[in-house]
Amino acid sequence: MREGRIWRDTSLGIGAKVWQVNWLYVVLLCALAGVGYAALYSAAGGAAEPYASRHVLRFATGLVLMIGIALVDIRFIARLAWPSYCVALVLLVLVMRYGIVGKGAQRWIELGGLQIQPSELMKITLVLALASWFHRASWERIGNPLFLIPPLVAVLVPVGLIVKEPNLGTAVITATLGAAMFFAAGVRWWKFLLVALPVPFAAQIVYGHLHDYQRARIDTFLQPESDPLGAGYNIIQSKIALGSGGMWGKGFLQGTQGHLDFLPERQTDFIFTMIGEEFGFVGCVAVMALLGLIVLGGMAIALRCRHQFGRLVAFGIASNFFLYVFANIAMVMGVIPVGGVPLPLLSHGGSAMITAMIGFGLLMSVYVHRDVEFSEVRDAG
Amino acid sequence: MRRDIRRSGVFTRRALLMMGGQVALLGGLAARLYQVQVVDGTRYATLAEENRVSTRLIAPPRGRMLDRFGIVVAGNRLNWRALLVAEQTSDTTTTLDNFSRIVPLADYERARIERELHRHRSFIPTVVREFLSWEEMAAIEVSAPDLPGILVDVGTSRIYPFGDQLAHVAGYVAPPTEADVADDPALALPGIRVGRTGLEKQHDLDLRGSAGAVQLEVNALGRVIRELDRQEGVAGEDVGLTIDVALQQTVLGRLGDECASCVVLDCRNGEVLAMGTNPSFDPALFNAGVAQAQWTEWAQDKRTPLLNRAAAGVYAPGSTFKMAVAMAGLESGIVSPGDTVHCPGYFDLGNARFHCWRQGGHGTLDLRGGLKNSCDVYFYETARRVGIDRIAAMAHRFGLGTELAIDLPGARSGFIPTREWRISQGHAWNAGDTVVSGIGQGYIQVTPLQLATYAARVATGREVQPHLTRKLGGVLQSGSQAADWPSLNLSDRSLHVVREGMWAVVNEPGGTAPSAKLTDQRWQMAGKTGSSQVRRVSREQREGGHFDSSKLPWEFRPHALFVAYAPYDDPHYALSVVVEHGNAGAAAAAPIARDIMTAALQRDPAGRDALPGAQVAEREATR
Repeated sequence: MREGRIWRDTSLGIGAKVWQVNWLYVVLLCALAGVGYAALYSAAGGAAEPYASRHVLRFATGLVLMIGIALVDIRFIARLAWPSYCVALVLLVLVMRYGIVGKGAQRWIELGGLQIQPSELMKITLVLALASWFHRASWERIGNPLFLIPPLVAVLVPVGLIVKEPNLGTAVITATLGAAMFFAAGVRWWKFLLVALPVPFAAQIVYGHLHDYQRARIDTFLQPESDPLGAGYNIIQSKIALGSGGMWGKGFLQGTQGHLDFLPERQTDFIFTMIGEEFGFVGCVAVMALLGLIVLGGMAIALRCRHQFGRLVAFGIASNFFLYVFANIAMVMGVIPVGGVPLPLLSHGGSAMITAMIGFGLLMSVYVHRDVEFSEVRDAG
Repeated sequence: MRRDIRRSGVFTRRALLMMGGQVALLGGLAARLYQVQVVDGTRYATLAEENRVSTRLIAPPRGRMLDRFGIVVAGNRLNWRALLVAEQTSDTTTTLDNFSRIVPLADYERARIERELHRHRSFIPTVVREFLSWEEMAAIEVSAPDLPGILVDVGTSRIYPFGDQLAHVAGYVAPPTEADVADDPALALPGIRVGRTGLEKQHDLDLRGSAGAVQLEVNALGRVIRELDRQEGVAGEDVGLTIDVALQQTVLGRLGDECASCVVLDCRNGEVLAMGTNPSFDPALFNAGVAQAQWTEWAQDKRTPLLNRAAAGVYAPGSTFKMAVAMAGLESGIVSPGDTVHCPGYFDLGNARFHCWRQGGHGTLDLRGGLKNSCDVYFYETARRVGIDRIAAMAHRFGLGTELAIDLPGARSGFIPTREWRISQGHAWNAGDTVVSGIGQGYIQVTPLQLATYAARVATGREVQPHLTRKLGGVLQSGSQAADWPSLNLSDRSLHVVREGMWAVVNEPGGTAPSAKLTDQRWQMAGKTGSSQVRRVSREQREGGHFDSSKLPWEFRPHALFVAYAPYDDPHYALSVVVEHGNAGAAAAAPIARDIMTAALQRDPAGRDALPGAQVAEREATR
């Protein structure tokens, strides 16, 4: 195990590995994608085209990708952690220069016909890189502040780049994800306070450098009715659509706000609103329960894992998923400012779907390789 | 391995803590969702319904204005116009830039458009340009891809077939101001116009009608999905005027290029048959908004084309006032028709000497002779005896210096001085003030409309009120019958003496206005000349012996006035003519009055109330 091709893990054959995949979890994911199909079918006015059919195709592709990644040895993945992080960072820099700005300034880059949002890729590779770093860290070293500086830099560099993109929502999510990783690795509470204290001041400086439309988002979040046809429009319309759904909803394909185009971006950012209008409070809680189960299932995989790398990767992937879910649902209800965050596996969008499925693939690899011998060799000395 | 146990222990604790936190946060969202969907659900359901249903107003066509024979004097014409719907373009500035490359927009137009875009909700179209030519319209349609948000449609605009001839009566319409829209949201509709002057203003609400409403199911872009409900608007009502367009044209033709005005009334009922004012303006210019240069030109024009001289121009009545002085004397019993005054050509009051217009004097005259010769000395003396307050009271009864109940915005009331007024000004009323008032000079100011009313009241002895509205929505308005007007309670005997004097002015050898004698033997006209000084004539000028006011610079010459009614034995028409700086009433105003009166009489009676169809067709063909 010291040297040699560890990806050819002889402890388990391919067939046995497939058997090891947590199929119950896969069923949960399929159920979520199914809800997404129904919602997108409704968003297109009761038609599979153009959203729902492509959604299911992407999910199928993602599923194959996920199983494929699940079969890759987790120790090999650990070796690729830092290189993949570097690749993602390079892409992030490239996208700043050559990327294409789409709606809401989400920057993406075209790679071999595939549209990629490097900021999405960045979060996954950040999880891997931090997991790899803390995997090698003994309890004593985690207490050493100097040891924490490289991972801190590893978080702040991409966060800074994403802020500049500009994509404030993803930047905040990435920073929070990094903090969660530090927390799970066992960094002391007071150190978080040390980093958190300057945040209000930093926020003021950042606000000063924000683009006008980003400031407008924050301002209209604080006072949405002040500009009902401008920037506050989305939030107000979303709340109207949700609220008019009531307890039981208006019924499948019966939502007026979504179908009459009052609801903006109903196939992407506001897909949850679409569900809320047609299926009401009951439907929303059901979907939130499904999402919650997927998060908690990921956390359970982390707890079940016997090596630190796997624990941290599973924890990071689950946390990332949770952050998306929370940010999106809170956004459509007007609890936090609108940030252009999609709802994974429900929203229409190829890049988000593929990156989400890569994440679940890593999670599943952790599950498949939960019991492999994975020593902290380099940490020994 | 021990290290890992400790590490995994910390991880497990913290991961469980995170899981708890995540469940709590999702629970918080669910609670918030419960608030939005279940607790506030009804409120949001109402909002959703409002969202879906959009009420749109339909602009009603503005009512027309017709003359007494049904000839259209203000109507609507279809016109091609370009509208901009803000929500259908991402950038209104670029669209407007592209538009002005096809149809140039002046800066003031751009400013107006920007203002209206800002004011309107984004789905309400804003008028970019009206009255597009066919070529412009075609060019816009061809360039449609470069002009997102622009749509071309057919609207109505106001037209005035008689242009400047009726501008001061009909008035004009203009786009509503911000204040107007704040009062009535229906005015935000494209193409809506508001009456600004004249009868367009007087009857604005009737002419405007009421906007209809359509309830539409719309999507967020304002695109109509289907119509849910429709309430038709009420078209504006037609307003029938008392004006006879043919007579109006005769009047204006006769006024020529002078700064002059003429009002012709049916003296039995006060209907205004013609109200001519020269110079005038083209009321259609206001339809689309007037350019600054045009305003400047009007404001600087000494001839004040925007002033309705007939109703808002004030003049000293001069000798035309003498009937009122005479009536004041007769009715108070101070003067009797036979009282004589000797006129040596001047009248001395203390140290002051007042001159008669005829230098040699008139000799001895009675009241009839005083009127016939328009002897100033006779009326200096009469005024002195009667006193200003009685004269003022009588003038007011005749409608002079009072606010007439005319349905024309902007009509002025003029002024007749009284002793009380002068004292309230902090001065004493001097006997000299009374004396000059006797010949309609001094502080007295009246309008041509009042002079015509005055002539009608002298002719009939009734308190006729001039008015311009004959029919409203096809219904004949009150005031069209002579019996609608109360008597002035003046004695027939007094009126007879004054009327005879007026008859003599025109028809008797030696009267001041022989030029006003009607050439058509069937009728006789009674009238009175007037010349009102705009500048005091100095003693040197007068005693130099060769004073001739017609040689003064134009703006210092006296105004020429004439009031008249006819036929003498059965009065139908009363009129007044005022020619600014026309010098002498007899020379400048009386011949105009004669021709206009002749035209009025020739159209009476068959020609007035029933116009043969052939004539209508002919007239419309010439338009």
